[in-house]
Amino acid sequence: MSDLLSIRGLRVEFGPSVAVHDVSLTVRPGEFVGLVGESGSGKSLTCRSILRLIPPPGRTSRGEISFDGRDVMAMSHDELRAFRGHDVGTIFQDPFSSLNPVFRVGDQLAETLRLNAGMGKREAKVRATELLDHVGIPDPARRYLSYPHELSGGMRQRVMIAIAIAAKPRLLIADEPTTALDVTTQAQILELLARLRREHDMAVLLVSHDFGVIAQVCDRLAVMYGGHVVETGTVGTLYQRPEHPYTRALLESVPSLESAGSAQRRPAIPGQPPELTETLPGCVFAPRCRFARPECQTISMALERVGPEHETACPIRPFATAPSAMRERAS
Amino acid sequence: MTALLEADGIVKEFGLRRSRLEMLRGTLPGHRAVDAVSFTLGRGEILGVAGGSGSGKTTLARCLIRLVEPDEGSIRLDGEDVRAARGSRLRELRRRMQMVFQDPYASLNPRITVGSALHEAGRVHRRPGSEDREAFVGELLERVHLPASIAVRRPRELSGGQRQRVAVARALAVGPEILIADEAVSALDVSIQTQLLNLFLDLRDDLGVAIVFIAHQLAVIAEVADRVAIMHQGRIVETGPTASVFHSPQDPYTVALLGAHPGTHP
Repeated sequence: MSDLLSIRGLRVEFGPSVAVHDVSLTVRPGEFVGLVGESGSGKSLTCRSILRLIPPPGRTSRGEISFDGRDVMAMSHDELRAFRGHDVGTIFQDPFSSLNPVFRVGDQLAETLRLNAGMGKREAKVRATELLDHVGIPDPARRYLSYPHELSGGMRQRVMIAIAIAAKPRLLIADEPTTALDVTTQAQILELLARLRREHDMAVLLVSHDFGVIAQVCDRLAVMYGGHVVETGTVGTLYQRPEHPYTRALLESVPSLESAGSAQRRPAIPGQPPELTETLPGCVFAPRCRFARPECQTISMALERVGPEHETACPIRPFATAPSAMRERAS
Repeated sequence: MTALLEADGIVKEFGLRRSRLEMLRGTLPGHRAVDAVSFTLGRGEILGVAGGSGSGKTTLARCLIRLVEPDEGSIRLDGEDVRAARGSRLRELRRRMQMVFQDPYASLNPRITVGSALHEAGRVHRRPGSEDREAFVGELLERVHLPASIAVRRPRELSGGQRQRVAVARALAVGPEILIADEAVSALDVSIQTQLLNLFLDLRDDLGVAIVFIAHQLAVIAEVADRVAIMHQGRIVETGPTASVFHSPQDPYTVALLGAHPGTHP
């Protein structure tokens, strides 16, 4: 099956600092892909690159992005406008700053429909009310008239989702859609995304720093650290057999309900993530890695295939069991 | 064991916007953000307070040190009535109960260095050792596992995790017996969050501080709390040792809240 979205060798620079070093990522039609990483790992910039929305002075200095066979980097202004309007929907973390505070939410939704789906005024209003209902907003006809500040965080995020899916995009980019919400609302929003994906056969790229969220809904995931993708694989593989020490350490540091009443402390990753201005030779995670060796200073961070749909950027592979030991003996 | 902090029947009501007709009738009650909440906190104990947004966690925390004036109920710190305290007595009580907020960027003065912020807090409260600025600041930074070189920096030059450590050090500068941490780790990344949680555990073990630890993430509370109180619509619906509340919840709301919590595994 051909990829809906394919990113190859993406590099984003801000003056002398490199924020995204070398990111490759694919999303297939109808697939739910997670992008996990801590702040500053480059996940949001990767998403913005897809829409060519890197704020100046940042620029995408290298890399290919293709969507459904079309070269996004080569699109003209008008093509880009249509691409952002029809093909890709976007939801950002903070729904309050993405909605215009002086317009009714229904009108903002109807405007999207008129511009991107070519509807007339009356038709757009009817459809907008339907969409509000579709994303689980109770009493949609009344809510159509609400201003953003009159809605709760969860309701605002639902409005954002309605706007994002208004033009029936084939890819939805959701950048931390549930971070600002409490767990009950978060569960509802994730359920809504999963339902929309089933109903519209829409692919979703979900950015999060929360492993729990990713585990709940994604098929495949990419783990980012310091501007690199350090590991990719199916959710099941990465949770059960992570090959990169960062993925493993991150999974171990996730707080869990199971810890209730246990006196044992959770191991934390020591140190800080690298700063943008730092360029480290070799592996970017080596300074914080339990398994670091001298040769980590010189390795490239290229992804290496270690299983079906499973790639890691750690050539040391400290957790590898039988197969790699056998390979070592053979060589 | 006598409790260090005792809260009994705290009520805080906020007014709602009303139409003229409703005002004339005068029947509509206000919104009870905190509704008859009682709890105790022992010395060196971590009490986790969990609940959804709008459940009254933050209002409760603010009532404890009277950043918000409670309408009813009593609060006693070591037997002393917090609600009756005025002037220097209130200042002294607030020294003994310090808050750490979610956003350290908003609670630290951007124009003064970390060292000055820490030293000033100690000096104002005439803390022993605060005459020697360098030693005082150095000790606090070491306590929160930050290098002494941080002292000359300003908040914006620090990462989120470092800033939150500075906010904790600032609270410790005045020698509190209780820390009230309101979503203190919620804005941090997972790996940094775990470091901070372990720091709070260190403070409990090494200094014997008691902590009211407010968070909406139940898993975070599971990591640190000795006891837990679940809040819903202004009331504590369930309270008990962390293990028993999380492993065998009794209240239907607690069950629902635990059910909505995403597991860490697929």
